[in-house]
Amino acid sequence: MTFVKKAAYALGLPVLLIALWWFLSRDTTNFYVPKPGELATTFVDTWIGERFRTDILPSVARFAIGTALAIVLGIAAGVWIGSARRVRSLLEPLLEFFRAIPPPVLVPILILIVGVNDRMKITVIVIGAVWPVLLNTIEGVRSVDTVLLDTARTYGLKGWTRLRTVVLPSAAPQIAAGVRQSLAIGLILMVISEMFASSSGLGFTIVLFQRSFAIPEMWSGIVLLGLIGVAVSVVFQLCERKILHWYYGQKEVQHGR
Amino acid sequence: MSSAPPAAGTASPPGRSRRRGTAVPSGVLGFLGIVGFLLLWELVVRAGIVEPEYLPAASTVLSELASIATTAAFWEAVGWTLRTWAVGLAVSGVAAIALGLVIGGSRFLRKATHTTIEFLRPIPSVALIPLAVLLYGTSMQSTLLLVVYAAFWQVLIQVLYGVGDVDPVADDTARSYGLGWIARVRYLVWPSALPYVMTGVRLGAAVALILTITGELVIGGGGVGTQIALAQSGGAVPELYALVVTTGLIGVGINLLVRAIEKRTLHWHVSVRREAVA
Repeated sequence: MTFVKKAAYALGLPVLLIALWWFLSRDTTNFYVPKPGELATTFVDTWIGERFRTDILPSVARFAIGTALAIVLGIAAGVWIGSARRVRSLLEPLLEFFRAIPPPVLVPILILIVGVNDRMKITVIVIGAVWPVLLNTIEGVRSVDTVLLDTARTYGLKGWTRLRTVVLPSAAPQIAAGVRQSLAIGLILMVISEMFASSSGLGFTIVLFQRSFAIPEMWSGIVLLGLIGVAVSVVFQLCERKILHWYYGQKEVQHGR
Repeated sequence: MSSAPPAAGTASPPGRSRRRGTAVPSGVLGFLGIVGFLLLWELVVRAGIVEPEYLPAASTVLSELASIATTAAFWEAVGWTLRTWAVGLAVSGVAAIALGLVIGGSRFLRKATHTTIEFLRPIPSVALIPLAVLLYGTSMQSTLLLVVYAAFWQVLIQVLYGVGDVDPVADDTARSYGLGWIARVRYLVWPSALPYVMTGVRLGAAVALILTITGELVIGGGGVGTQIALAQSGGAVPELYALVVTTGLIGVGINLLVRAIEKRTLHWHVSVRREAVA
């Protein structure tokens, strides 16, 4: 496929939708619906500058620290629980229960225990985002090919080497699936923890705009959160492609493409 | 969590869990795990390591749960939450399946919508909270908007994967036998995509519950989430914990329900037959 054709496919629908939006909002004065141009200028005015430092950076930092901690904790605990069969059956129902609790309800509890501060927000993100990684790691470690494990044992691979060369690579595709979910949950919790109790951050600011009926600003905040979501997913996909390139290669061979 | 994309984790060899026999079956161990956790919780509070104002003892929370479970208001809230969840999941599920079958069935549409879907999907649905409040106030529709948006993408992506996974030989066969679009969808595409659809529904169900409770918590308008917000602002700590436990129980119940439905709908499919062994 030529480059032009590819670009047409990638940009066709978005351009069409924006054109439609522009056309429909051309001569309405609807208070709730901003025009495309108006939204773009509001976006730049609102978020580029002072707010970038006071709202965007702290929010994103909390999100990054929280999810990074959740991923590390989840993989570490998951490898341990996944490779010890008795520990697994001891903890499985308990973990099922904790996973089933919708993470945002932890916000009121953590406000109670930790108070309203950065630590609370990061803790909420860690506790909420750890489950997908943890449970997928357990599942991934559990289903490592037995032949592979036996072979590794025959070759005398033990401890760290066995973990690094056999267990983690086999579990990696499933861990990646967990990380993807964790990122989405982390982002939700970043916003929720700020909406619920905060005096700064994206969630707080956007709700403030809504309450003061600053509609174009509110829309620009929604767009910003969307862009952050998209950026996170792009970064994740790049990392996943890089770390799991062997896996995708294998899959493409299997599918004969 | 068994929510990996269907490609991952297919290599679970049957019978691995039975490699070494044990005296204690895993169900009993799991029960012991729960009892041990509750005991530990109780001890930590009784020993004075944590203040009971912040973390009431397990027995306090469970008896609080038992006592609010006798009130009509509690069941009304639970019913409200479940209704929002069910309506949201149904709307997003039907919309996503219909749209997924149409988009997935055409190469042109699949390619043309790819960037738009990849752009809209990662937008965290909580970003829509201000918009929902503006449009619908604190009514059920506000929460529904979040639920539908969040669950829709989960199902849609899986339907698209599923439709893309139809065996090309089977498709060519169906075409050479002169099956029309509707017949192909009915007899070929739908059965091939069904396992993916069910995975999507399972993921969507979990996400829908999270967003239902979130909406009720942040926006208000009734349901368990709103009760939690009230308990928190009223300083009713044991009730707060009891309600959080309730949300966990609802979550477990929904997981079990969806898995049972999945097993029933897919009883003929290899994945379920294999899962039964593993």
